[in-house]
Amino acid sequence: MAASAASSSWRQPSVLPGLGLSLGITLTALSLVVLIPLAALFIKAASAGPAEIWAIATSPRTLAALRLSFLGALFAASINAVFGLILAWVLVRYEFPGRRLVDAAVDLPFALPTAVAGIALAAIYAPNGWVGSLLAPYGIKIAYTPLGVMVALIFIGLPFVVRMVQPVLEESQGDIEEAAALLGASRLRTIFTVVLPPVMPALLTGFVLAFARAVGEYGSVIFIAGNVPMVSEIAPLLIVIKLEQFDYAGAAVIATMMLLISFALILLVNLIQARTRRKLGDV
Amino acid sequence: MSEATLPDRATNLAAPAARPRTARRTGAEGPVVQLLLITVSLAFLLLFLLLPLISVFVEAGARGWAAYREAITEPDAVAAIRLTLLVAAIAVPFNVVVGIAAAWAIAKFEFTGKNLLISLIDLPFSVSPVISGLVYVLLFGAQGYLGPFLKANGIEIIFALPGLILATIFVTFPFVARELIPHMQALGSTDEEAALTLGASPWRVFFAITLPNVKWSLFYGILLCNARAMGEFGAVAVVSGKIRGLTNTMPLHVEILYNEYMGAAAFAVASLLAGLALVTLALKSLLEWRYGDAIAAARRH
Repeated sequence: MAASAASSSWRQPSVLPGLGLSLGITLTALSLVVLIPLAALFIKAASAGPAEIWAIATSPRTLAALRLSFLGALFAASINAVFGLILAWVLVRYEFPGRRLVDAAVDLPFALPTAVAGIALAAIYAPNGWVGSLLAPYGIKIAYTPLGVMVALIFIGLPFVVRMVQPVLEESQGDIEEAAALLGASRLRTIFTVVLPPVMPALLTGFVLAFARAVGEYGSVIFIAGNVPMVSEIAPLLIVIKLEQFDYAGAAVIATMMLLISFALILLVNLIQARTRRKLGDV
Repeated sequence: MSEATLPDRATNLAAPAARPRTARRTGAEGPVVQLLLITVSLAFLLLFLLLPLISVFVEAGARGWAAYREAITEPDAVAAIRLTLLVAAIAVPFNVVVGIAAAWAIAKFEFTGKNLLISLIDLPFSVSPVISGLVYVLLFGAQGYLGPFLKANGIEIIFALPGLILATIFVTFPFVARELIPHMQALGSTDEEAALTLGASPWRVFFAITLPNVKWSLFYGILLCNARAMGEFGAVAVVSGKIRGLTNTMPLHVEILYNEYMGAAAFAVASLLAGLALVTLALKSLLEWRYGDAIAAARRH
């Protein structure tokens, strides 16, 4: 199958067969399912013409939706970075009853359909819900406000940080910490100068993954958000609304903006990541 | 984007078994600090994970058993359950075949553009589900690029089953490949090379050696792929048109019921999906606890 390609220069020779077939299947499926449809999106957005693109991109409603999606995702990913790190630390370093069960439960947001998470969060954080009713007397409203959006985004991004940080913490060696302690470093200083630096790249990766997921999240957000234009309307919802109004160009332009901003941010973080890795050595 | 979008899931799979027991330094922090951190962690999980899960089942049962049964056996609900199973039954095997092919090409061969290919396979993870549906509407919708052609030939994709399947395949595209690639890379090709030298046919090598070697990572990938395929909401919401009994999947049915203020019925259908999530989590944990060892051992060779 791949024998004919064995001598060409784009690949190293191998005695194993099947590169042609397996690569053929992969590239065909990838092109048909992912690449060509995405290309259609960019073409559609570009075909709107500069004036219309500018009008859609800078309309107050678009900007408000993008701001909520990106800042909300940033906020949620930050919360997840802090609590995810603590959670990973607790799961790796401490022994307590039910630890394995808690460990397994962390993945719930990966497994629970987003619509289910959405209606459940809305029910709990609504003014008459289990948590919402505790906060209502203090005038704090979560569901149907931008805070509700944050709650959903925190839920959806939680496993990313924990699952990225956990393996690194497991590998970190106790003897270096002991050495630091023997040399007279306080526990806090040991944690910040010995334990945490090697964890940083993994933490940053987890943060980016949680962020990327949160930016595009739709199902878990729309039930709890209230969806008031300019206030609690996320960018993916605005795309859906544009589609329902048969404003294909508008939907395509907003979608393209979201993708470009996301990709740029991910690329930026990867560059920072590469630099950190070089500085710290291969960790 | 390759690094940020490709978390090494095999590491996670292997992690619990590979966890060095000696590294657990209970007592490094004082008991008060430990208790505080554990409490903070558990409170966080309770607020954001556990309460929502419990509330699904509580709300589902709020109107009693008869109402629950009525909600999940009425014709529209049954049609939604059937459609969800059908979509997953097509999308998941498709992604298994492509995932295995991708993993074979990437793990067993060295070629130019491999890192780019890995990034592209992972691309659907950084695309909003809504956009995953939108791209197909732009391509196949009534006003889409291929819309007139499809209409002239009587082919329905958007607001029909093919659209649901395509959107589901898009969002679950990376799941199987990303589990298999690191595992197959770690195993290397020596077993396959030996078998080939001994005269086994390529397909026999694949079915007798490669596939059994990676079966648990494959199962792990299928599990996650299936959970996402059955639970996908945003992408299918865009392409479905939500025609009851025809293009309404379970998550979409939940939304319709909820928006019609039929909360108990919505939560009843949602409880089925939550049950699926719990089964997925249980199987996943079982795999990690039982076979994390074998995979970790394989990775060290």
